[in-house]
Amino acid sequence: MADELLLTVNGESRRVPAGSSVADLVAAIGLDPKKVAVERNGEIAPRSTLGDVTLTDGDVLEIVHFVGGG
Amino acid sequence: MTDTSADTWTVAGRTFTSRLIVGTGKYKDFAQNAAAVEASGAEIVTVAVRRVNVSDPKAPMLTDFIDPKKITYLPNTAGCFTAEDAIRTLRLAREAGGWDLVKLEVLGEARTLYPDMRETLKATEILAKEGFLPMVYCVDDPIAARQLEDAGAVAVMPLGAPIGSGLGIQNKVTVRLIVEGAKVPVLVDAGVGTASEAAVAMELGCDGVLMNTAIAEAKDPVRMARAMRLAVEAGRHAYLAGRMGQRRYADPSSPLAGLI
Repeated sequence: MADELLLTVNGESRRVPAGSSVADLVAAIGLDPKKVAVERNGEIAPRSTLGDVTLTDGDVLEIVHFVGGG
Repeated sequence: MTDTSADTWTVAGRTFTSRLIVGTGKYKDFAQNAAAVEASGAEIVTVAVRRVNVSDPKAPMLTDFIDPKKITYLPNTAGCFTAEDAIRTLRLAREAGGWDLVKLEVLGEARTLYPDMRETLKATEILAKEGFLPMVYCVDDPIAARQLEDAGAVAVMPLGAPIGSGLGIQNKVTVRLIVEGAKVPVLVDAGVGTASEAAVAMELGCDGVLMNTAIAEAKDPVRMARAMRLAVEAGRHAYLAGRMGQRRYADPSSPLAGLI
């Protein structure tokens, strides 16, 4: 098993240690999980389960928040 | 004296006093935006859902300036051109904020930002089945408005004129027809450019007005926010008061009897 996973996060490539959870990724980026929502491979990753979901090589993640808009 | 203290409106079981919903786009900065929201008296603001900047995670966030515990955030689907994109966006919004009251807009083309009603109707049906409470941006067409209502829209929000145009309410007849036929709240969404046009929407009997650019692009946005609050209130009072009839010719206000 590789030591690192290659992910796509908000359209950019990113490497994380093998075995990382979604919560680990959010923390590594420096985000407050209470202020964002995460989609993994097209499916919502519920906030309550972010610590339980282990990332897989090639995962595509979208991390969003609220911005100004009309 | 008429009691106006209890003049509230209710959407999907939630009751609000302010009939003005304001956007949070196009402002100089978050501080100006927050000051304009305060001056507008709005209890609901629309917000967009966008990717976090992963290279600058400590950048200021909207939620640091406008408290979602005090002001209701209404997540929108601005920029979505298909039902699928809009639904995906709102699922993320619900996860980010925990709210099911949302603003659906599915656009048809970039030039006019007119809604694609086929996709809008499809998205409304799916969102309603998933437990969302969609307030829906739509064309100023009473039949389309009724179809949206049947599909589960909790409010219908016809455009007054193209988004960001500031052209005012172009079709007062169809907006009035929508108001007369709707069982859910009707809000004019888009097209208002200045205070008198917000008053027109309210005089037509709308439950509220949603605007962004008219405030954000005013030379003094905070003052315009206040003007809009007053205009919406004035228009609402005029609607409730019932305007006078119109005459083709003059009718003197001073008595004709007793003239010297």
